[in-house]
Amino acid sequence: MAKDKKEKKKESAVTDGPALTLEEKLDMYRVQVELRQFEKRAYDLFLENFVKGTSHLSIGQEAIAAGFAAAMRKDDWTFATYRGHAHTLARGVPMTPVLAELMGRENGLMAGKGGSMHLTSVEHGVMGSYAIIGAHLPIACGAAWSAQYRGTEQVAVCFFGDGTVNIGAFHEALNFAAIWKLPVVFVCENNLWMEYTRTSEVTAVENPAADRASAYGLESIIVDGNDADAVYSVASRAIARARSGEGPSLIEATTYRHFGHSRADPGKYRPDAEVAEWLTKDPIPRYHQRLLKEGATEQQLVAIEKAVSVAVDLATEEAKAGKAPSPELLMKDVWADGGAQWRN
Amino acid sequence: MAQLTFREAIARGIAQEMRRDEKVVFLGEDIAAAGGVFKGTVGLYEEFGGVRVRDTPISEQAILGAAMGAAMTGLRPIAEIMFADFFAVCWDLVVNEIAKSRYMTNGQMTFPLVIRSGNGGGLRFGAQHSQSVENWAMMIPGLKVVVPSNALDVVGLMAASIRDNDPVIFLEEKALYASKMEVPDGDILDTLGTAKVLRKGTDATLVALGNMVPRALEAADELSSRGISCTVVDVRSLVPLDTQTILREVSATGRLFTIEENPRLCGWGGELASIVADEIFYDLDGPLVRITTPHIPLPAADVLEDMAIPSVARIVETVFASMNS
Repeated sequence: MAKDKKEKKKESAVTDGPALTLEEKLDMYRVQVELRQFEKRAYDLFLENFVKGTSHLSIGQEAIAAGFAAAMRKDDWTFATYRGHAHTLARGVPMTPVLAELMGRENGLMAGKGGSMHLTSVEHGVMGSYAIIGAHLPIACGAAWSAQYRGTEQVAVCFFGDGTVNIGAFHEALNFAAIWKLPVVFVCENNLWMEYTRTSEVTAVENPAADRASAYGLESIIVDGNDADAVYSVASRAIARARSGEGPSLIEATTYRHFGHSRADPGKYRPDAEVAEWLTKDPIPRYHQRLLKEGATEQQLVAIEKAVSVAVDLATEEAKAGKAPSPELLMKDVWADGGAQWRN
Repeated sequence: MAQLTFREAIARGIAQEMRRDEKVVFLGEDIAAAGGVFKGTVGLYEEFGGVRVRDTPISEQAILGAAMGAAMTGLRPIAEIMFADFFAVCWDLVVNEIAKSRYMTNGQMTFPLVIRSGNGGGLRFGAQHSQSVENWAMMIPGLKVVVPSNALDVVGLMAASIRDNDPVIFLEEKALYASKMEVPDGDILDTLGTAKVLRKGTDATLVALGNMVPRALEAADELSSRGISCTVVDVRSLVPLDTQTILREVSATGRLFTIEENPRLCGWGGELASIVADEIFYDLDGPLVRITTPHIPLPAADVLEDMAIPSVARIVETVFASMNS
């Protein structure tokens, strides 16, 4: 039984998407490095009390955001969770407004009105980061329905964590997308842990998303979420399927968060050996090594890292220079007319 | 001009807007070929087809999520939640997602959508299919809340709700589905946030909503024969709330009676009483009185349900006693 499952896992990791050029791969490397350095900076800024409230970092999970973003069309839509900095940046949203949003500044992506958990940039196709587990899966269905109705061939890609597979909205959305053949790709970022609880301890199946796929008539797909090329390949296939009208996909991308669940969580509940093992599978050094084998030079890669580092420093300065949100923002944009009036 | 039932008015309002705007789409459980469990959507599937009028599984979160995602990407969806009680299984989508996302994103998104739902009691359905949920919706910033009391208003307010660029919770009083009235031919467009003065009096102002409006009118007739002259205001829209009309009519008589089907606590009448007390206190000639369903789940048996929901007799007796105390 256990052997069968292993074989299935291996099989579903086979990828057959379009090949990437070295240039495209270098860009995917740049994106991963940017996500990593951005999140590290965000963490430092918490410690310095520039970032208030809470924040959920994607350190260790960058390959999924980078691989998918590379496979998406510019007008495709991203639906993210509260752990959404990486998915927002990967779609090309500049670092300054994202960092400024974390810091509650008026030059933030939403002028400080959303915060870390709700990053949204409609002009980049980032249609929101949702902080109630499972809520955005049905919403992604709606965007996909709209694309289907209008014939725009846009695809909605919806990211969520492993803990999401046990909430009702997950199942409603999967069934709904399947029966309406909606152009939506559901991506479970399986980092093995909910917040403090190992997902396998509270989930009836071994592979939290993939083992549920058959219930909705979908293929069981597991991909190494710490391998940007593998993610890109699986993403390309699922997005192409959605775009051509063949319906949704459910992808389970295995990964690991290097940090705790959120700012308040040092992640001490995880065994040291497990953390150490996953650190050896860190997507960024792995990709660095692969690119060297495929013809990139160390100099090229270091140049990318340095350029990102400069950009993160600049974004930090620009975000810090941002003003506090002006008081008139408080009563703005409850309604489409821009106001907040509920009576005459 | 034709006699139209309240339920026929629903389909007429939706059809009017679907004809003029291809972006209007409609989804819900049993709404297509079946014409809706309350027969409020008969004929829409036949006229507009299965692409625009689409049946869903019993998945209220999926229904509202789909409406929200469609609205944020340019459509104007209408979603049906069959019974308003079922909002409880998809309330996250309404409250946390649909209502807040425009504000949270600093106005990057708009949500031109309508969620219509069968609301209220009187049909002996028991506590899980009879609730009046207008107060649930009213207290959430970012939702408009409309509760029509007659077929003409249904058509015009439905059209206005569909054309509005904000999310509208459109509550259809189940007890009124069979009621009838003359409705003019041709397109009808009403205005959200406008109360209607249905009857002018001099002694007391009865402010009612939805299913309580016809009862308030009947009570006013009876009170008139007992020497009390009543104004009756149909609130129609809780958000936006037409406080100017209501304040004017309360000032004119000096007395406010709210007639509410919702259970007592946090009903809309409490908010209205607070506004009146705050802004026109010195125009008042007596206490503010709320006539509501008691703070209980609704019972199924006809005798008990009729005792719970404000009746014409209870309205008459309460107003009469208060005016003569």
